[in-house]
Amino acid sequence: MTNAADSHASRPEVIRLAGVTKKFGAAPPALDDITASIRGGEITGLVGPDGAGKTTLIRLMTGLMLPDAGTIEVLGFDTRTDAASIHAAIGYMPQRFGLYEDLSIQENLDLYADLRGLPKSERPAVYDELLTFTDLKRFTTRLAGNLSGGMKQKLGLACALLKKPRLLLLDEPGVGVDPISRRDLWKMVEALTSEGIGVLWSTAYLDEAEACDRVLLLNQGKLLFAGIPSELTERVAGRVFKLAGTTGRRRATLARVLDQDNVVDGVIQGEAIRIVMQDRSDPAALLTALGSSDGQIAPTSPRFEDAFVDMLGGGPGGRSKLAEATRARPADSGRPVIEARGLTKRFGDFTAAADITFDVQRGEIFGLLGPNGAGKSTTFKMLCGLLKPTLGEGRVAGFDLRRDGAEARNRLGYMAQKFSLYGDLSVAQNLAFFAGVYGLAGTQKRDRTSLMSEIFDLGPHASSNAKDLPLGLKQRLALACAVMHEPDALFLDEPTSGVDPITRREFWTHINGLVEKGITVLVTTHFMDEAEYCDRISLIDRGRSIALGTPDALKARVASPENPDPTMEDAFIALVQGANQRAAA
Amino acid sequence: MWWTRLKALIIKELLAVLRDPKGRAILIGPPIIQLLVFSYAATLEVRNVDLLVLNRDSGQWSRELVHRIDGAPTFRKITYAQSPAALHDAIDHQRVIAAVHIGPTFSRDIEAGRPADVQIILDGRRSNASQIVGGYLNQIVASLAAETPAGRKAAEASVSVVARNWFNPNLIYQWFMVPNLVASIALLIGLVVTALSIARERELGTFDQLMVSPLRTHEILIGKLAAPMLIGLFHISIYILAAVFVFGIPLRGSLALLYGSAICYLGAVVGLGLFISALSKTQQQAILGAFLFLVPAMLLSGFATPIENMPEWLQPITLINPLRYFLVIVKGVFLKDIPLSEVANNTLPLAIIALFTLSAAAWLFRRRLE
Repeated sequence: MTNAADSHASRPEVIRLAGVTKKFGAAPPALDDITASIRGGEITGLVGPDGAGKTTLIRLMTGLMLPDAGTIEVLGFDTRTDAASIHAAIGYMPQRFGLYEDLSIQENLDLYADLRGLPKSERPAVYDELLTFTDLKRFTTRLAGNLSGGMKQKLGLACALLKKPRLLLLDEPGVGVDPISRRDLWKMVEALTSEGIGVLWSTAYLDEAEACDRVLLLNQGKLLFAGIPSELTERVAGRVFKLAGTTGRRRATLARVLDQDNVVDGVIQGEAIRIVMQDRSDPAALLTALGSSDGQIAPTSPRFEDAFVDMLGGGPGGRSKLAEATRARPADSGRPVIEARGLTKRFGDFTAAADITFDVQRGEIFGLLGPNGAGKSTTFKMLCGLLKPTLGEGRVAGFDLRRDGAEARNRLGYMAQKFSLYGDLSVAQNLAFFAGVYGLAGTQKRDRTSLMSEIFDLGPHASSNAKDLPLGLKQRLALACAVMHEPDALFLDEPTSGVDPITRREFWTHINGLVEKGITVLVTTHFMDEAEYCDRISLIDRGRSIALGTPDALKARVASPENPDPTMEDAFIALVQGANQRAAA
Repeated sequence: MWWTRLKALIIKELLAVLRDPKGRAILIGPPIIQLLVFSYAATLEVRNVDLLVLNRDSGQWSRELVHRIDGAPTFRKITYAQSPAALHDAIDHQRVIAAVHIGPTFSRDIEAGRPADVQIILDGRRSNASQIVGGYLNQIVASLAAETPAGRKAAEASVSVVARNWFNPNLIYQWFMVPNLVASIALLIGLVVTALSIARERELGTFDQLMVSPLRTHEILIGKLAAPMLIGLFHISIYILAAVFVFGIPLRGSLALLYGSAICYLGAVVGLGLFISALSKTQQQAILGAFLFLVPAMLLSGFATPIENMPEWLQPITLINPLRYFLVIVKGVFLKDIPLSEVANNTLPLAIIALFTLSAAAWLFRRRLE
């Protein structure tokens, strides 16, 4: 990657964006004056949180939409005048699986070959090459609808490659794909670049961005950065540290760290705290300021996310008004707040979750980590009463979900993956509804709802429709509704997937604060960084819990001489492969 | 405590429909269109009909007949043909719905006291209207026949018929149609609003959020049913007001009886709507499901065509159609001051249907939670 910069200039330009602007209605522009270029023979990451404008930009590049201002040239063709020539020369894989679920793999390939006008004589050779390349040869008769997320993406890629394109546009190919398939997919795309094909890979995962040759970083429709990822991480070089030795109370320490003036950003990373400091700040002085005697602070290598947050002006402070307004739960009574005992769920002869057992203690954050379709959502749903287990039992705050379901549900707060409040209702009406269904009335209801709108600063938006709020405010409203009734346990289903890092930090500051007050949290995630915020995690794969422990313990289990400091993703892949080998043996 | 929860849910259900632009459109658009279309446009009366006359007789009786046809308010335009071919052509191209063919010996036969014939040719492609036009023409010919010398002699010996229409003395079409609409609008709105309610939550992803709240399943069901029933009652009321104050239809019976039976009727309808909703994954499926029931329900209710006209084997199916019973009640309350016993006789089946659809909906709803 070091010589990437030198060779970059010599590569042919495949896309040229000049002053591209796109607006939808009266909202702020979805894309604001984007000028950039994308070259052949390398992977360009189009990076940014949901709603940043990634899909809009890709659709503009394909000529499916036209910009309001500025010009886009793709392979030398203007999208306004030559869209048809562009379509013939590019491969495009849209975000939603663009294939026909009721056709088999072979039928999908035939269909796309017809659509792309691939001559019949060339087909056998091309099919053979692509099916070998994507490792789908064994499944050609299987219906596309029955493929796993990773296999669907590979098939989508094969269809986009039927007529060898000069440019490949991939809209979030990594979504819904387990880490192992994601690595496979990445390797395939890398192989294409060696043939000179230009690849645009859009993603909301900042760890994916790091692996790209070059990135375009979008945030709220603006291009924040264009260049080599290491150039971006360069800006925080020497300012990133790991604070260890504060075990047990690390969340309270993090809150104090974040309130220091010279700290830009801080997150929990396993047992340690990851800190980005301002330029020319003395990390040793930070320890003194915290009054910590046993803490050790050491430099660590910067990541893309550290630089992104720094670029956005740093994360929010460590104070959570929500936690301050929450009454502390009495000290541990000994009984776990969430109990899963042999939870099993079968749908017909398919076992979605098998014999899942764990306890979550008061004031603990427990994570269910696994790819989509592995069974973590099924487990999660059984524990909040949305699914009845086929076998086993679940308890929340001591109440059996089967017998005292309503009582148990009264003790838990739930926040779903996608924004799932009532979009057509105003912010105030949503708050009033949730206060009502949790049995709050009269002054109690008024006090609680006004407290929530004060804490989350929802007052100015009280009469806006919830669906029209920006993503960050939606997130706040969803959290406000989930904690309206002061639950003992919070259930968070992929709470921050796709949101920008600032909103994510704000969200976790509240969660960390609540946990300090004795609230218990169960969180599902396929987001490896988020797993590190948990006290303990359970790795779920193919319906089974294959490993359970603290993030650091899981990482330590796969550490090897070649990889002494594995990431969560390394740990995940190694543990899943290990479990598969044991199952096969 | 349960009331606080339920109240919050009912308010939310009402707001969800009223604040959704599509939901609002459903509440306002179809009722207005239905009222206008059915009470003005989709009339079953035959008016403004064009007619063709081929008069091959030159006597006074044929002239008199043509005058009388021309003078009848039903017929808009009379054209005259010169040949049977022109007559054939006019019917063929639907320029006229009927043709009157008067033979060359018409007047002579009448004067001579012989039986005289008039041929009426009707367009069988428009069977209903043709039948009615045929009836009108028969009346006109009959009244002429009574004035012929032979007719006058026969009149002394014949029985004369005097018709009187009870409940709707002038047979005003709207008196028949608008009360029907009170029943059908409640069916349409009750069914569609309920059918959309769960499907909407499924589609928007709010359903899980609702299910993890402490609301008990039966509370969710009651909340989901109460809101569409309130909306249905609102539409019934609006239509009753329109019937009385816009169309001037007499309201002779008891409103209390009407509303009492309306609650059972709406119960049956929203139960069905909820069943469809529990079955549907998307709002589109729900709407399709609702109309799959709605169209046959309208046709098999006596709304436009009497149930007695249907074949024997089809008639029993109408017994499970809630609209059938409520139509009797609505028309009865408006036009004839229907007695309590008859309301009860028609409300009891409604209550039974409601009990059945509501329990089926509750059963399916619980089952689909798995």
